[in-house]
Amino acid sequence: MKREFPMLITVIAGLGYLLFYFIPHWPFNLIGEMFQSWVIVISAFAILLGVGSLIKVHGDRISRKTEGWPYSIILLSGVFITAILGIWKGVDVGTPFDYIFRYFYSPMGSTMFSLLAFFIASAAFRAFRAQSREATMLLVAAFFVMLGRVPIGELIWEGFPKIASWLMNFPTTAGQRAIMIGAALGVVSTSIKILIGIDKSYLGGD
Amino acid sequence: METLAKLLNKLKTLDRRIIFTLTALAVIIPLVARLGIPSKQITNEVQGLYDYLDKLPPGSKVLISFDYDPQTKPECHPMAIAIVRHCFKKNLIIISIALWPTGASLADQVLTDEAKILGKEAGKDYAFLGYKPGGAVVIQKICTNFAEAFPTDDKGTPLKDISVMSGINDLTPFSAILSLSSGDPGIKQWVMIAHEQTRVPVAGGCTAVSAPEFYPYLNSGQMFGLLGGMKGASEYEQISGFKGMATAGMGAQSIVHLLLIIFIILANISYFYEKRKEKLGIVD
Repeated sequence: MKREFPMLITVIAGLGYLLFYFIPHWPFNLIGEMFQSWVIVISAFAILLGVGSLIKVHGDRISRKTEGWPYSIILLSGVFITAILGIWKGVDVGTPFDYIFRYFYSPMGSTMFSLLAFFIASAAFRAFRAQSREATMLLVAAFFVMLGRVPIGELIWEGFPKIASWLMNFPTTAGQRAIMIGAALGVVSTSIKILIGIDKSYLGGD
Repeated sequence: METLAKLLNKLKTLDRRIIFTLTALAVIIPLVARLGIPSKQITNEVQGLYDYLDKLPPGSKVLISFDYDPQTKPECHPMAIAIVRHCFKKNLIIISIALWPTGASLADQVLTDEAKILGKEAGKDYAFLGYKPGGAVVIQKICTNFAEAFPTDDKGTPLKDISVMSGINDLTPFSAILSLSSGDPGIKQWVMIAHEQTRVPVAGGCTAVSAPEFYPYLNSGQMFGLLGGMKGASEYEQISGFKGMATAGMGAQSIVHLLLIIFIILANISYFYEKRKEKLGIVD
């Protein structure tokens, strides 16, 4: 039953939703709309589950004093202080929650993302080599797109943005379409395999 | 010749801390020096979005979905500000939602700040309905039943008590849907679900790295415009007639791109030099 019951739920929900898409009339429209509401409610509970899991994992790290446990104290303090202030004073602009979000969370989040620039610079220097014909084509395309997508490229030569636009509109679109069609076919086949019970990997390994 | 050989040998083992320092300087110096470089050419995808919104009659309803988080704020926030400002100036009615939890606070900031600048009033000129979990399913839900997914705005006011929400039962009253996105759910879901089910025109803004993903939708006419990264935002600022965060950031981005190209060229010179040495059987 540990595997059969979740499989049954998957098949009923999957088929129900599929029928709702192709036959949006009674009773399938009611079933589909009910499933939509359920997803929204379940997603909200998933956030709570995530918070619970976070507290458990980091609570354990603090109680066992595993490596880096002081960071867990900072993380949990951040979670509780932000949540308490948000519940107590609200989350509107000008509240303490907004202050934390605007002046702590936002700059820290942007900082994490901006670190990518350093890794890309290092990776470009070490790995971006014209080792083969394909790599050379990629290199040449990257050269034009990188210069064509910044204003300094226009100042150097007005043709850079035009070449960059052509690369984005034609070769990139063709490649993206191929990837999208391939991925869509993959999604369809995997979904069918899940619905008819061939693919059980989503149930876990035991 | 010997000096050049030594230099090329050094390049092979260049300490990455030097690369990091040069990258940091390439970002910091233009930002401190306020080196904002305006774009001379406006791309068709940015112009398309601007023209579409500009031609909408006052009072038209525009749905803006904030589907990004602080990680991508430097790229998506300037475009959010530029679009919201443009809509307010044209007296378009903005109905805003967030499909990302942290997108809600960012949306609130943009709408509140811009409304204050342009004298707009919540509930009368715009409405912010907050965050709703569920991703793509929320989009599906509001295609047919708006109030069931968003029964109140972010302050808890029922939709029936918000004047700008009158007549909105699904997505069809909207003249445009704009998604400012940095992942899933985002532009792709709005095109695949909302546009396909309701035929309401969709456009949006995204990070530069994800922009190529949306060109097939632009070329097929499923999207009427796209702001790709900070460059797209700076172009929008320029045609809207103001210098915002994106224009200010263009100097830094330009210099970093140039630096990256120099790194790539130097690395390839060093690579070909090594290859030639190997071919000629020269040992250091």
